[in-house]
Amino acid sequence: MTSTLSRPTAERASPAKGTDRRRLPVSRKTMRWVQTAILVVVALIWIYPLLWIFAASVKDATGIFAGGLSLLPEQWHWDNYSRAWSEAGFSRYMINTVIVTVATVAIVVVRCAAAGYVIARYRFRGRRLLIGVLAATMFIPTGLFIVPVVELSDVLGLLNTHLGLILALAGGGHVAAVLLYAGFFAQIPKELEEAAVVDGAGFARTFFRIMLPLSGPITATVVVLTFLATWNNFFLPLVFTFSVPDNRTLAVGMLAFEGTNSTDWSGLAAAASLSLLPILALFVLLQRHFVEGIAGAVKS
Amino acid sequence: MATTLTRSAPPPTPPRSARARHGGWIALFVAPTVVLFGLYTLWPSLSSVFYSMLEWRGLGTDRSFIGLSHYERALADPLFWRSVGVTMAIIAVTVPIRVAIALVLAIMLNNPRLPLARLLRTAFFLPVVATTAIVGIVMGFVLDPSAGPVNTLLELLGLPPVDFLGSSDTALGSVMAVHIWKWMGITMIYWLAALQTVPMDLYEAAEIDGAGTWHKFRHITLPMLTPFAVIITLLTVVETMQVFDLVLTMTGGGPFFSTLVTEVYIYEQAFTSANPNLGYAATLGVLFGVLTVIVVGSLLLITRLVRGRKEVTA
Repeated sequence: MTSTLSRPTAERASPAKGTDRRRLPVSRKTMRWVQTAILVVVALIWIYPLLWIFAASVKDATGIFAGGLSLLPEQWHWDNYSRAWSEAGFSRYMINTVIVTVATVAIVVVRCAAAGYVIARYRFRGRRLLIGVLAATMFIPTGLFIVPVVELSDVLGLLNTHLGLILALAGGGHVAAVLLYAGFFAQIPKELEEAAVVDGAGFARTFFRIMLPLSGPITATVVVLTFLATWNNFFLPLVFTFSVPDNRTLAVGMLAFEGTNSTDWSGLAAAASLSLLPILALFVLLQRHFVEGIAGAVKS
Repeated sequence: MATTLTRSAPPPTPPRSARARHGGWIALFVAPTVVLFGLYTLWPSLSSVFYSMLEWRGLGTDRSFIGLSHYERALADPLFWRSVGVTMAIIAVTVPIRVAIALVLAIMLNNPRLPLARLLRTAFFLPVVATTAIVGIVMGFVLDPSAGPVNTLLELLGLPPVDFLGSSDTALGSVMAVHIWKWMGITMIYWLAALQTVPMDLYEAAEIDGAGTWHKFRHITLPMLTPFAVIITLLTVVETMQVFDLVLTMTGGGPFFSTLVTEVYIYEQAFTSANPNLGYAATLGVLFGVLTVIVVGSLLLITRLVRGRKEVTA
């Protein structure tokens, strides 16, 4: 699955070439460049709002108004960033987001890998029921369970804590992750496990030393998809930080910043850039896993 | 996605003794998922039905059992129906546009010899990665009637400024447009994945028979993609039912409830209303859950019917 998107395209390039050369060699190639040119213009318009906000983050207030559509500031105002980072509390929000996201991803990966492994390799009582219930809750809207989740967290004394938020985020269905792991482990030959048993490895050892390392590509996909979903989550962090502003995540902090500071446009732009840049940078670095993870989930 | 397990081979069955020996381990490995998922998804979904029958003014306050009267209230609540209407309108407008345009983009970008294909895919996917709530706030800025670049552009073109989010005539359309922009990339990736499953020799055979680009698309690509179209539409509809983040940050449901989607209405009833009512919010949540089941169920039913008819004619 890791190379689903790139492999067939390479195969496809060679056989068609012959037919291509035979007729209309120049015009086909020109057509492709025309197509590319159109797509480049559309793509630039597509990402223009993001570019504009990054540009606005280094302009001053008058520069944003006067600059109009321009992406280049007349003067670089990096102080917008320091204002958002320290005064508006975005350093705090960044730390919160990182803590919540990393902890949630860790819990989701371990619990989904373990569950997926057992579901794929063993028959146990309630196995079908577990799969059925997981699949049935795939489409549950947040609005349906938000009130009881808040009540439960309140009763447990976790409502205004990071731990409460992390458990609520990690306790979602994550059906795709369980099924990706289960699908992967189901394909691994039985002999591998038998060999491990012969070598004296127990259940846990077989899983942690052999199975989990083998599932590296799946783990990468699950990490990346869960990271994205958790980092960008809004409903739960919003509700879990009502009375503790210090626990806000970036997305919730942005909303509060807009509420209290709606005239500080350049500060708003800097805060938005601070919040968006890490996740966009991470995406560009790991985009193979993002894209193939999503593609793999759809195809299976 | 859900069919992976049923289709794949049954799990290897270790001898009985091994199973008995591993019983404890199996329980231990499933436990975290059962406990977390049970506590934070399954139980809350079911107990919502109980909460929906309570008169309950806020966390920690008294609550009394009132039976089904919240349901009577909800069914007669014009704002609830309005929120359902707005949610359905967003689905009806954005889903077909996303599915169609994303298919066109995917077909263009699937051509391996297209220069810059990888870079272009990244550009169209980038908004998907950006935090929705932040995009919502940023878009309020981009669409701002005085400072935003969109109105600057309108001014350059000699058009009057538009208060996109401040007017009830344009707010819903603006939210829909931003929603399409934000999520187009993910639909494109779904289609790109689907396109990889079309066998290349079909195209080669068709080319030998002298088929042109349109014929190949019409008679090979489209039929091969039909099953994926169903899955992709379903995923897109389900994602769109939960437009909470974007709407709350762009318009908060206003102006004059013109963008009030059901999840924002639930959120307001539970947490921000001057007169909060967690019981009524739970009622709305249950009704919204029922609505989701109806929408997903009827889409699946339509799929079955279409497939069934095809099998009959074939």
